[in-house]
Amino acid sequence: MARVQVSGLRKQFPDGTVAIEHLDLQIEDGELFVMLGPSGCGKTTTLRCIAGLERQTAGTIVVGDEVVDDLRPSERDIAMVFQFYALYPHMTCRDNIAFPLRAQGRPKAEVDAAVTEAARMLQLEPLLDRRPKRLSGGEQQRVALGRAMVRNPRAFLMDEPLTNLDAELRADMRAELKHLQQRLSTTMVYVTHDQVEAMALGHRIAIFNDGRIEQIGTPLEVYERPASLFAARFIGSPPINLVDVELTNGSLTAAGGLRVVAPDGLRRGDRLIAGVRPERLTVLPPGAEEAVEGRVVSREALGDETIYVVDAACGELHVRMPPTAPYAAEDPVAVRFEGGAPPVYDPTSGQVVAT
Amino acid sequence: MSAIRAIAVSKAFGDVQALDGLDLEVAEGAFFVLLGPSGAGKTTTLRVLAGLEKPDAGTVELDGIDAAGATPAARDLAMVFQSYALYPKKTAAENIASPLTARRMPKDEIGREVRRVAELLRIERLLDRRPAQMSGGEQQRVALGRALVRDPRAFLMDEPLTNLDLKLRVAMRTELTRIHRSLGRTFLYVTNDQVEAMSMADQIAVLRNGRVQQVGSPAEVYDRPVNRWVARFVGSPRMNLLPCRAAGDRLTGDAWALPNPGYATTDGRPLTLGVRPEDLSLDRHEPAASLPATVYATEPLGDRTLVDVEVGGHRLQVKAPPSVAYEVGERVVVGVELDRIHLFDAETETAVAR
Repeated sequence: MARVQVSGLRKQFPDGTVAIEHLDLQIEDGELFVMLGPSGCGKTTTLRCIAGLERQTAGTIVVGDEVVDDLRPSERDIAMVFQFYALYPHMTCRDNIAFPLRAQGRPKAEVDAAVTEAARMLQLEPLLDRRPKRLSGGEQQRVALGRAMVRNPRAFLMDEPLTNLDAELRADMRAELKHLQQRLSTTMVYVTHDQVEAMALGHRIAIFNDGRIEQIGTPLEVYERPASLFAARFIGSPPINLVDVELTNGSLTAAGGLRVVAPDGLRRGDRLIAGVRPERLTVLPPGAEEAVEGRVVSREALGDETIYVVDAACGELHVRMPPTAPYAAEDPVAVRFEGGAPPVYDPTSGQVVAT
Repeated sequence: MSAIRAIAVSKAFGDVQALDGLDLEVAEGAFFVLLGPSGAGKTTTLRVLAGLEKPDAGTVELDGIDAAGATPAARDLAMVFQSYALYPKKTAAENIASPLTARRMPKDEIGREVRRVAELLRIERLLDRRPAQMSGGEQQRVALGRALVRDPRAFLMDEPLTNLDLKLRVAMRTELTRIHRSLGRTFLYVTNDQVEAMSMADQIAVLRNGRVQQVGSPAEVYDRPVNRWVARFVGSPRMNLLPCRAAGDRLTGDAWALPNPGYATTDGRPLTLGVRPEDLSLDRHEPAASLPATVYATEPLGDRTLVDVEVGGHRLQVKAPPSVAYEVGERVVVGVELDRIHLFDAETETAVAR
């Protein structure tokens, strides 16, 4: 396996559309790196440039220690894994895995050895003579990976491989893929528009927006300290609360009197937007101190937690509460902030304020 | 008196038994959700209630009166579908007004009705736009508005949020419960999304293969599922299952044992232990109520981390705090909230009484 470096990447299509403006990425050897963003943000184009399926307008791509800009896709030693269930239904697992090597006309002994090795690593030995139809979703996924692995690639590239699966299977496949990646220490570049998938899978996540990267960070970093309002809105469900606040007497105050702990280094009178996750707020009976009064608009009892939407002077607030919380729709309540300082944003630039 | 009642309703299409002795009681003013996978009979139920399909057997009652002879129009139930089906050349106001125009209501009265509904749905500023100038969520609201102007006996909604993106779906859930409260009318809502059901319903009926599996409040269905199937269908991530047997005062499985918290089954027949991810923990456990496990994968989700572990060859998910870190293959001890476990008969799949 190898690291992948992208420097100064730019991609402009013949019709003039700029898909990627300027992109720098360093993906470590053995890392599962996720590129996340809405459709049209440039994530898939970036992946296709790494694979060699698109030629970049400017910039350099290095795989391992080799500049691959002038290499054809097949010469890059990179495996592109498409949707996992795209196995040949009439072939056994063994034949599915062997297919890329046979297509290259490799000697039988080499093919057999490669299939045996891949099957051992992926724990597929007992299944080799079965057809895909007789395998579980997770097993099919391992066969698809095996088919990519026999070519001994330096990295795997995956473009929304779980998208068309139902929710249940997708959750299973997610854990399976993460387990395999960690056990085998493969370099994987994974494209998705699904923020839950990105969080669950990635060592690091790059959040794309309009051909640029808004933020690169670990799942916890992008969740707890989004670099921009765009990144803040894109990650998390229920959505982050973006509350207009002003610095007074050492803390941030929102309309209606909600007090939020201020990060150090702000100036008195600064007008900012605080990014407050729903679990950092608590619903209380009316009259609580440092809280904002409001009315419950909706109460979603999800079993393991209850999500409240509260209409307050500082806007509609989403609050994550334990399932035992007693408030009902239309109840007058107060909402209070809990814990340490949240990230704050400059309303003009939309960027997090460094503190 | 129930607003809507189905008694032993059956309906077949060729070889397919869509409804198989379905019983349902929807209270006046309830937000009642029919929840089930595709093919469970949800849409057929709505169509039978609305009079669009005739049942092979059984009775439909509306406000306590047998509806057998009533035409769809006479039943006075408004249907809202997942496809918006707006008139493309009409404005939002004209679309909303169309059922009233068809009934030849006076113009000023129509105007008042449209404004009332637009205000309720918060779409006043859209009234002069055509569908092509609106987002999917806005179109869905206009479609809803067209149903709302009629002031019918009840609203039947067939997966109205399915075609919306996640963010909009979440926002519309809040909207729909708000609208339901302010109208005070009966909502009968069909969905295959258990989160929608849990988050909006007063009462949920879980449907499978044309039969009602369980009726209850969201908390009842979540905390006391009547069988293994309901237990797995409701809740995300899903309830964990482990095969086991009861022996003496213990429940024993592959490489684990737990105290039996009072289930009256000691005859050694095969059982399935069910426990939700939030009722397992990696940080606190008593030696008597824990399972030996190996970490399979960790999935940080921001507000929590799902830790996938293996116990005796079976995979479980544990809901853990956001910042936990484990290596693949690391040995851990999983604490079990014994009061919160479920036990199902492995053969009949029904819940064992406690």
